Amino acid sequence: MEPVEFKGSDPIAWCPGCGNFGILNAVKRALAHLGREPRDYLLVSGIGQAAKLPHYVKCNCFNGLHGRALPVAQGAKLANRDLTVLVTTGDGDCYGEGGNHFIHAVRRNVDITVIVHDNQIYGLTKGQASPTTDSGFETKVQTAGVTLEPLNPVLLAVALGCGFVARSFSKDIEGLSELIVEGVRHPGFSLIDVLQPCVSFNRKNTYEWYGERVYRVDEDSEYDPYERTAALSAAGQWGDRIPTGIIYRNDSKPYEQQTGLSHREPLIERSIRNIDMEPAFTELS
Amino acid sequence: MARELTVRIAGEAGQGIQSAGEALCRAVRHAGLHLFAHKDYMSRIRGGDNYFQVRIAEQPVQCPREQCDIIIALNPNSASAHAASVGEDGMLIADASEGSIEAGGTRLVDFPLRKTAESVTGSTRAANSIAAGVICRVSGVPEGSLEHGLRAVFAGRNEELVDKNLRAARTAYKMASSCPSPGISLEKSDAGSRLLIDGNQALALGAIRAGCTFYSAYPMTPSTSIMNTMAHFAQRYGLVVEQAEDEIAAINMVLGAWFAGARAMTASSGAGIALMSEGISLAGMTETPVVVVDAQRPAPATGFPTRTEQADLNMAIHSGHGEFVRAVYAPGCIEQAFALAVKAFNMADKYQMPAIILTDQFLADSIRDTAVPDVDAVQVERHVIDKEPSGDIKDYKRYTITESGISPRAVPSWIHDAIYADSDEHTEEGHITEDAAVRTQMVGKRLTTKLIGLSGEIEEPEAYNLDGADLVLVGFGSTRGVMREACDRVLDASVGSVHLSQVWPFPSTALYEMLEHAPKIMTVENNATGQLEDLITWKTRLYVAGAIRKFDGRPFTVDELMRRIREKV
Repeated sequence: MEPVEFKGSDPIAWCPGCGNFGILNAVKRALAHLGREPRDYLLVSGIGQAAKLPHYVKCNCFNGLHGRALPVAQGAKLANRDLTVLVTTGDGDCYGEGGNHFIHAVRRNVDITVIVHDNQIYGLTKGQASPTTDSGFETKVQTAGVTLEPLNPVLLAVALGCGFVARSFSKDIEGLSELIVEGVRHPGFSLIDVLQPCVSFNRKNTYEWYGERVYRVDEDSEYDPYERTAALSAAGQWGDRIPTGIIYRNDSKPYEQQTGLSHREPLIERSIRNIDMEPAFTELS
Repeated sequence: MARELTVRIAGEAGQGIQSAGEALCRAVRHAGLHLFAHKDYMSRIRGGDNYFQVRIAEQPVQCPREQCDIIIALNPNSASAHAASVGEDGMLIADASEGSIEAGGTRLVDFPLRKTAESVTGSTRAANSIAAGVICRVSGVPEGSLEHGLRAVFAGRNEELVDKNLRAARTAYKMASSCPSPGISLEKSDAGSRLLIDGNQALALGAIRAGCTFYSAYPMTPSTSIMNTMAHFAQRYGLVVEQAEDEIAAINMVLGAWFAGARAMTASSGAGIALMSEGISLAGMTETPVVVVDAQRPAPATGFPTRTEQADLNMAIHSGHGEFVRAVYAPGCIEQAFALAVKAFNMADKYQMPAIILTDQFLADSIRDTAVPDVDAVQVERHVIDKEPSGDIKDYKRYTITESGISPRAVPSWIHDAIYADSDEHTEEGHITEDAAVRTQMVGKRLTTKLIGLSGEIEEPEAYNLDGADLVLVGFGSTRGVMREACDRVLDASVGSVHLSQVWPFPSTALYEMLEHAPKIMTVENNATGQLEDLITWKTRLYVAGAIRKFDGRPFTVDELMRRIREKV
């Protein structure tokens, strides 16, 4: 398959120059590289600019509620484990409105890949602080600057023991698409937090700002993403230097293996027309 | 009237009231008698005052009595608290030597419950089995049935524990020969009712029969035992049961499972349903089926966590922002809980909408001997494009405009094309739109057009004793049994009843035709504002002349209902 075969037909509604374009290209490249048909992928999203991405890709899409993409994605994956399920979400959607789902989706470890368009701002509602907005950042709501410390999603995910934690920069389309491929191949919950400039509402964290700071953790040949202590240290970095690449990974068993689901036929393949109730009735007699 | 006995085991949480009660139910059924049991418990793990009440009868019974023939209390405080619930010729059995008991005028029978447990088993823990033994002896339930009941309840536990409880119960059974007789000896009837289940179990069984393979919920009394039952049968029926981090996650996981092509369900009580209301609206907009059970308890807020009420009717018919079709069912008994669970799945699937099943703590926790449900009474229907023809579909549009308003639902990966489902207003393809004409068309499709079909499949209201009735009681959900028995028992007036097992779409025409000539209509409901009464007035313009409302967190007993009917006529 070629990336162009995953091109959707819906006109794109993002601002010119938006960091989302890089992510969209990387997603299409990754899907093509993974070699499955459009029918075999499901992209789930919530609400926000990131959530529009599935409309621009030719594959199955469930564009649900703000913050609720992760539960939908997990339910769909458990119903049909043969689907390759990805979530495209934003920093507000995933870490704010859906924060509780994020924590527990990491713990549940269902085999889905979550791509967070992290632009450190609310775009769709025009520029309020998000959970990852740097402190001191002034907005129309946080008029004296954000007083809360930003959430570090990569550090949180490593702390939770997430099996695949990566960070990328939307300008690095090739690097991001490789990470998406790796994330999908990882059997379990995969997080890819993508630094994504918002050209309309975030004048601080620009292409230049990120470009000057990002580095790949694998530039250091000694860096082992299976080493949790080193990963925690790398994940904690923010400011002058921002690590990207696979920050942490482990071989924890995904939900499907722990529950035996991966050895059974997918739920959707079951015949439901004449389920024998006699065993249950006998037991409750 | 059938001959019957009502017995109650009372004590603190943690004293084993529940196990003793269930053993008693099994013993009674084994003895060939009918029963109706309900629980009254507090929201605490230890202490307080709980009871388990069993109405034992020669004929089937579907509701509780107010007064008991025999109450056995496991501690003096419970004995004092329950003395007033003993009927005229009844008795209160308790350890009078363990503390002072305020029995009033009630006949108190002293029985060394704790001492006997201690002398037989070395611990007072088995006092609950002693109570079961005493009750069986006094009620005339054979010793073999008592043993059967205890073995069933302790099945799978260690042999020593089973043995201790059996010895305790046998000793109690012998000693209780000295207790007075209640003056009734019940004759074994041809029960023919194999199952002994409660309302929640019936719902879970119905869901399994309907092909529900995915269940996700957050624990909340009184819905939790639905999840327990699904988990219990998960292995046998290949179900996935996942405890969600909250109710919002539960309904969204369930929607994901439906979208992917499975059948799925969630349940909670009012507060959890309130959290799910955004997801219910999502189901309406994306036209994704979903089945949601609301096992009601008294609210607002935390309310009475372990008690009963029917005050979520308005929420069930209105929950979720915006306008979309839905069905709301209100089973009145265990048989209806099973059948309506199957129907809820069929209708949710067919009309691609939320189907809500409204029960309450009383129905959820009430145990009755029941005939095995006729599994073919409601056929299981599947309303997605089958896998076989899916391969031939071209240019699929998820929200194709059709005459019925129903767009054929395809399963992702079974068809070649991509499927787009969207919570934004969307085009037929499922993409975001802001077009005014499309909006108008889609609202019409989701709401008006689908409603035409759905309105043709409403569960008919069930009339009882309506011919020549001077007074007609109207209720929904769990009051079915108590209304029917009140009709039978109130002899100084001709009373009929109509029970609604579906409250949305409201059966306006059928109800109007049933009641247009009724001399007097009176609603019976477990809430304070008369939510059903309002619905009848709104939808039929019938005049509701009186209302019997109860909102103290307790279910109606037939005696209370009769008393309140007599006050009104």
